[in-house]
Amino acid sequence: MARVAVSKTYKLYIGGVFPRSESGRTYQVTDRTGTFMANAALASRKDGREAVSAARKGHVTWAKATPYNRGQVIYRIAEMLEGRRTEFTSALVDTLDMDPAKAAEEVDAAIDRLVHYAGWTDKIAAVFGGSNPVSGPYFSYSAPEPTGVVAAVAPSGNALLGLVAVIAPIICSGNSVVIVADAATPNVAIAFAEALATSDLPAGVVNILTGQAAEIMPYLASHGDVNALDLSAAGAVLRTTLAQAASETVKRVYAPKGSPDYAAIPGTGRLRAFLEIKTLWHPVGAVSLTGGGSY
Amino acid sequence: MELHYASAPENASIARLASRYQMFVDGKFIDGQGPDLESTNPATGKPLAAVSSASAADVDTAVAAARRAYENVWSAMPGAERGKYLFRIARGIAERARELAVLETLDNGKPIRETRDFDVPNAAQHFFYYAGWADKIQHAGFGSRPGALGVAAQVIPWNFPLLMAAWKLAPALAAGNTVVIKPAETTSLSILILAEIIADAGLPAGVVNILPGAGDIGAALVEHDGVDKVAFTGSTAVGKKIQHSLAGTHKKLTLELGGKGANIVFADAAQDQAVEGVVNGIFFNQGQVCCAGSRLLVQESIAEEFLDRLKTRAAALRVGDPLDKNTDVGAINSAAQLTKITELCAAGSNEGAGRWTSPAMLPEQGFFVAPTIFTDATASMRISREEIFGPVLAVSTFRTPDEAVAKANNTPYGLSAGVWTEKGSRAMGVAAGLKAGVVWDNTFNKFDPTAAFGGYGESGFGREGGPSGLAAYLNTDDEGVL
Repeated sequence: MARVAVSKTYKLYIGGVFPRSESGRTYQVTDRTGTFMANAALASRKDGREAVSAARKGHVTWAKATPYNRGQVIYRIAEMLEGRRTEFTSALVDTLDMDPAKAAEEVDAAIDRLVHYAGWTDKIAAVFGGSNPVSGPYFSYSAPEPTGVVAAVAPSGNALLGLVAVIAPIICSGNSVVIVADAATPNVAIAFAEALATSDLPAGVVNILTGQAAEIMPYLASHGDVNALDLSAAGAVLRTTLAQAASETVKRVYAPKGSPDYAAIPGTGRLRAFLEIKTLWHPVGAVSLTGGGSY
Repeated sequence: MELHYASAPENASIARLASRYQMFVDGKFIDGQGPDLESTNPATGKPLAAVSSASAADVDTAVAAARRAYENVWSAMPGAERGKYLFRIARGIAERARELAVLETLDNGKPIRETRDFDVPNAAQHFFYYAGWADKIQHAGFGSRPGALGVAAQVIPWNFPLLMAAWKLAPALAAGNTVVIKPAETTSLSILILAEIIADAGLPAGVVNILPGAGDIGAALVEHDGVDKVAFTGSTAVGKKIQHSLAGTHKKLTLELGGKGANIVFADAAQDQAVEGVVNGIFFNQGQVCCAGSRLLVQESIAEEFLDRLKTRAAALRVGDPLDKNTDVGAINSAAQLTKITELCAAGSNEGAGRWTSPAMLPEQGFFVAPTIFTDATASMRISREEIFGPVLAVSTFRTPDEAVAKANNTPYGLSAGVWTEKGSRAMGVAAGLKAGVVWDNTFNKFDPTAAFGGYGESGFGREGGPSGLAAYLNTDDEGVL
């Protein structure tokens, strides 16, 4: 007698754990043949609030981690994905009817993208900051810091690569993210969350909500504890509404022209979009003043 | 024995004040179609000069001129040539520095010592700094070919009229954009003298267009379909409106908005230096500074002693004629601003903070406020939360460094902060914890064209100064698109 497969319950990923939507709502996800595949959690506004609160905690921990440590953790995510190449490839084939070779290519690209950003963590400050040769006896430097909590929309094509291409540049500088996954492929997003959960990534750094961006994002866009929005994958109408809501709290908004090509070699625009430059000044005394016996 | 300073007034005639000033559009000084603005001398409250102002139709004309100049001349010009124009402007400002300083003091009300030693030289230096970037953009760290954006719309405030014009114009032009800029309605004079310097420098017509006007002209300018970039310095309320109105467009936006900066004084600080720094932080430019240290957080163990010293020092500040070289605190820029400051001070008293006011004699005419310190200012009071933009300090105490950082960050703003301590590790640690774009350790209100300036949170986004200031005027999107 054939074995009955054990099917997976897809839940949300908030604060390092996998809760159901507090709303109790789900929606049906179908495979490439239109056959029922799973019930995915339909995240609510309140799940969004939980996710922002988890993301704030995650950001505080993550921003304090050394850049070397952040690099190793992101590299670890790549390692976890490498170990699940087959799983992700079949998920892409089953859900999106991708050609198996193309699907494998996308998984490999996603892994490589993570490795790319793993190497960025301890270079951002050197590339986008530096010392300021000010006209006066002051030591001055400008250094980038993470903006904080970023709310993002995941792209609808490139179910895995797009997700990684949006998340990795946000988190590599120390931000945390609340991302609304593509509604059609929550299985891919939650499988990615499982990889994250085993990557030593501190809880709350990445939070994944499955459901409708149009329902959850407006709430995140006007949330007082969200610092920035990545709207590069949002449609034109939603973009405008969300960017308007962002103005209530002067959020940073990343919404470049055109539809991003996630397979292209990444520039630094996504990295820079979620950085704040902090300038520090400190007086410099004459050498003769620094050798006294009073200290 | 009581000692008095003899007055040492700068000669007002050096400003070569005209009775009426015109707009500068497409390389020509012309009359606008808007009603004339009346510029007031804040030190007397009396009219200074008339300024021709723009109408919505003039905005169209200026944007069209800027577009033509961008397409026909400026975008095609090699960076090295663009840079030479900016060097000329820097020299021109330096050559007319004394005239500009006196004019700025007459129009704005700030002390001549500040316009002479800070506003004008810093404006010249800004042009000199960005002039040098014009042919080195590919080395600024934003890819090998970051391009200009096109026509930049800029709206600047009244607190540093000439300096803000320089902060806006210099990086925009160096990056290869053309500009339409609107000065604040109460302070149009110095930028119109800058227009003469720009014209004398031979800058091609239309590269810089200057439209005096009120808020409606600013709104028409930033919302104009013909502009590619918007830069605004001013209040957070207006900044939010601009961000809202630009949502969904592809205009690149940078905002430099309000602040409620905290100056944190630890028990081990060099107190005399800290007193000077706190005084500078809140009374520089009558406190009409977005990055002013308008909240003082002093460690509880020294609070009493420190406040005594601070009051003694603040009481010695000379308030009065801005043209007098001895004046420390000049006039508030406008009657409207004076009303706002007075109203917030009344709120401070009503909400129960302890009010100390400098015994300085104020002139009988003009818009003046004596240095004011509110003690026991709790976090919920309006004087602790709202940007007063006046010589008014809100003081509270703290016990631990964690508490100091938490209190300093307890604001939607995030522009500036100061830390006073003789312990290096504490200074660095606290600076790292502050959510502020500029942190001054054992100093305050230092600015330089090479050093990025700008805010976190509701103090805005984007930077001015340094390479990041250049990025604000470049298309730095480098993402592959389908």
